[in-house]
Amino acid sequence: MNLTTALARLLIFPGLLFAVPAAWFFLWVERKAVALMQGRIGPPFMQPFYDFIKLLGKQMPPRSGVGGLLMRLWPLLAVSAAAGAVGLLPVLPASGGFQGDLILLLALLELPSMCIIAAGFSSRSIFGEIGSAREAVLSVSYNVVFLLAIISIAASQHTFRLEALAQLPVSPLQILGVIAILVCLPAKLHLNPFSLPNAEQEIYSGPMVEYAGPELAMWELSHGLEWVAATGLVATLIAPHLTLWWLAALVFVALSFAIVLLLSTVAAATARLQIDTTVRFYWQCTLIFAVLAVASALFMRYRA
Amino acid sequence: MKLWNRLMCYCRRRSPWLFHMNSGSCNGCDIELVASLTPRYDAEQLGVRLEGSPRHADILCITGPVTHNAVEAIKTVYGQVYGPKAVVAIGSCPATTNVFIDSRTLDGPLNRHIPVDVFVPGCPPRPDAIVLGIAKAAEILAVRGNKLPVESVMVPVVESASACECAAKAAASEVQL
Repeated sequence: MNLTTALARLLIFPGLLFAVPAAWFFLWVERKAVALMQGRIGPPFMQPFYDFIKLLGKQMPPRSGVGGLLMRLWPLLAVSAAAGAVGLLPVLPASGGFQGDLILLLALLELPSMCIIAAGFSSRSIFGEIGSAREAVLSVSYNVVFLLAIISIAASQHTFRLEALAQLPVSPLQILGVIAILVCLPAKLHLNPFSLPNAEQEIYSGPMVEYAGPELAMWELSHGLEWVAATGLVATLIAPHLTLWWLAALVFVALSFAIVLLLSTVAAATARLQIDTTVRFYWQCTLIFAVLAVASALFMRYRA
Repeated sequence: MKLWNRLMCYCRRRSPWLFHMNSGSCNGCDIELVASLTPRYDAEQLGVRLEGSPRHADILCITGPVTHNAVEAIKTVYGQVYGPKAVVAIGSCPATTNVFIDSRTLDGPLNRHIPVDVFVPGCPPRPDAIVLGIAKAAEILAVRGNKLPVESVMVPVVESASACECAAKAAASEVQL
């Protein structure tokens, strides 16, 4: 991958130029799906865009010292990490890539939630700290399953190249892995039933409680970009291998949309679980998935 | 720059985020405020979102006749909302202290403490009236920006109307500054 293609992927497709409108679109789909499930009409199509522009025009809270600087930094770091993760996705055929880009993608996907944890603690608000603690506990629980699922798919192919994984034919192991990833996505995206860190009724907005104006706009954007990156990862794993670039892009968008719809519907249909129930769910129930996936991956490698 | 200002005005009108505060209300108006977000009235069509933190909000919705204990809290929360901001007083209590007038536990009405933009009278007001009041406040917010309010607006008692009709009404009636 040379510099031009890398920049094109980061800035145009599937990077910023595509990802930012897609992020707003997915945020709208999330709210609209919840509204439709509740028998409402819901927000207009451009709502996340209006929210973003309005937040940019609000006053900035005054912040001073190192703590203030850090609080300004976290949302920017989260946005750039999420945008980088979207840029790495192997959407187009023969889009290039490098050995180990899967590891970079996983790290970039994890960075926004790290930033949320840090933001809550540096806000020094009690609600922010509770939210951050919950996010940390949640992250430790779902990441075991999430990482094991992806690593098992990668291990069965003996590669850490995303493009090689995207071109895999459908196998039982891949289906198992994708299901395990899908179970983790609501926790990763803070959706019901695992929306513990930003539980409005209990801890206000959790780690975001002290953020206002443009900083909050950056958090909204990073949440949207996380949507694009996380659903895009699943979409690239299950998309059929196509040689036409426009068809590949179209299939990617359609699959991402379907996953967003699925997750939003589940979010609208469920209520928030308690933190111990959630942790038990991830450690006990879904760990079985992950162990099965890793076992079958090893089995496949020894048989091959 | 002019285009950016117009876009900002447009977006502010379409994205009012609320923070709801109770200053000793009987819970009647609070229920009606929540009712205005339910499927029947669906204020989210206007971009309304009930926020958990006053830092995120644009519009402060205050119910209740303002008890002595609530005064400091109201001032604190008003300060925590970053501008441009607007205040909607929901119900007759914050407007006039209602049936509790002359009570020694009260320090109302609300506009003795913070500037109020829109009064929504009623005991409790209908959810339609609350949605109209919020739409009106969003309109005021968009036009006024960061300037301080000059005078308040009284929302008339409305007959049953949908959220879209409320927005149309708010847009049709001129905002005076």
